[in-house]
Amino acid sequence: MTGMQNLRRRPLGGRRLLDALFRLASLIALLTALAGMLWIVGTVIRRGADAVNWNFLTAASGPLADSGIGNAILGSVLITLVAALIALPPALAGGCYLAEFGRRGRVAETIRFSANVLMGMPSVLVGLFVYALLVKPMGCSSGLAGSVALAIIMFPVVLRTTEDMLRMVPDSLREAGLALGLTRTRVTLGVIFRAARSGLVTGILLALARVSGETAPLLFTAQWSDNWPQDFCSGPTANLPVLITEYTTNSPYEEIQQAGWGAALVIMAAVLALNIGCRLLLRERHHER
Amino acid sequence: MNAEPTHPIKIAVRHLNFFYGPHHQALFDNNLELETGLVTAVIGPSGCGKSTHLRVYNRIFELYREQRAEGEVLLDGVNLLDPAVDVLELRRRIGMIFQKPTPFPMSVFDNIAYPLKLHFKLSRSELADRVEQALRGASLWDEVKNQLGKSGLALSGGQQQRLCIARTIAAEPEVLLMDEPTSAVDPVATRKIEDLIAELRGRFTVVIVTHNMQQAARISDRTAFFYEGRIVEYGPTERIFTNPTNPRTEAYITGRFS
Repeated sequence: MTGMQNLRRRPLGGRRLLDALFRLASLIALLTALAGMLWIVGTVIRRGADAVNWNFLTAASGPLADSGIGNAILGSVLITLVAALIALPPALAGGCYLAEFGRRGRVAETIRFSANVLMGMPSVLVGLFVYALLVKPMGCSSGLAGSVALAIIMFPVVLRTTEDMLRMVPDSLREAGLALGLTRTRVTLGVIFRAARSGLVTGILLALARVSGETAPLLFTAQWSDNWPQDFCSGPTANLPVLITEYTTNSPYEEIQQAGWGAALVIMAAVLALNIGCRLLLRERHHER
Repeated sequence: MNAEPTHPIKIAVRHLNFFYGPHHQALFDNNLELETGLVTAVIGPSGCGKSTHLRVYNRIFELYREQRAEGEVLLDGVNLLDPAVDVLELRRRIGMIFQKPTPFPMSVFDNIAYPLKLHFKLSRSELADRVEQALRGASLWDEVKNQLGKSGLALSGGQQQRLCIARTIAAEPEVLLMDEPTSAVDPVATRKIEDLIAELRGRFTVVIVTHNMQQAARISDRTAFFYEGRIVEYGPTERIFTNPTNPRTEAYITGRFS
């Protein structure tokens, strides 16, 4: 300790000041993020709240005073659910392959790389691709084409979260299952998937929330209609993102613009609910452990 | 290494070498004969290859592609390292208990029933009977009989470990491999598991890796001392602990190194 006394001390004041500044900076960053979110939420509520009522949520869209966005809500739900039906089976199976079988192999690394590239693909390109792949040859836009576009966007997200969630399950559980004479498939489906269940559901819900607001791919594919989505596979299908775009930017009428904000409020509430639902699900998992 | 075999040989290890990768050999020319129905303790300092040796018997190391075993491990005279041996049946016959309890994320009942249903065709009542037998066999029945629907993860550490033992003996194995089964549980639970091992003796051929000298002395009939991947000495536990022939064994047992 004697050697220490010869060292020149740094003044404590400067170190304390730096500490205080850094804390302040992180607090400001936090408040900025919070303010940004509250600003958006507040604006959407302020502009849209007056439009939302039961009739607005259930009536089909149109030029009349008592029309609503019911067909767009139903269309959006359909497009998203069908997208999930298309994307989930290969994404879950692929994530399972990466985490359980492929691991560090060359095939797995290639899949991982491709998925990352796909994840970074601008959604407008995905829309354009599906337009060339389905809309052009079929001669019509359709909700189904929209689903395919959203499925392409969902697939890599679910693939990678599935892999991550499965890899969080420790190898000791795999060994325990195998040591009982279970096959690798049984261990994966019966034990590992079960252990990762809430994480997998969370990943799927977040992917759904992410694609439910995608607009660009739907402009090319589902387009827009004032009808209920009865010809989902063969005709333009109403959906919320395109309705919002059209109503708020392309209409001279005050009522229509307000309806657009109302639709924005509806989709925001749905995405918020999905996100909060995921939080609760994850918290529940931490209690289990 | 010349304990008079008084019981038939269950597992005979011949010239076993084990590699964790192309340049990392962990076991060197292991030779060992395990007698039916006895408890054999495997002791030695950390990293000496005890667990590695055990993990060859049920071929669990095959989960990791870069790991490789050479030599022979004969189970009732059949080399279990032969690729023709069905690994699922092998693992039913040779059960394994791990250091950390590994209950599945399902109910106490299903923890036992799930693997059981995959091995045997059982009616509902037969299944319930087998689950109860297994839990009784692992001295856990009285503690959990009223909460069979509860998650296996909600049990205490010691109970979880006995649940894993119950799950393993439910498949009616012939050999039980135990890889430091008490190192993650408290002394009271350790005592219960040791008592349980004493009860399992005779019904199963038990091989137990342990860091605890007293435990090895208390519960085993035979002891193998491993050092740097080699089996230095093997014989009746009493002789190993009172009159070891190898100076290294003596030094380890008397606590001069660990």
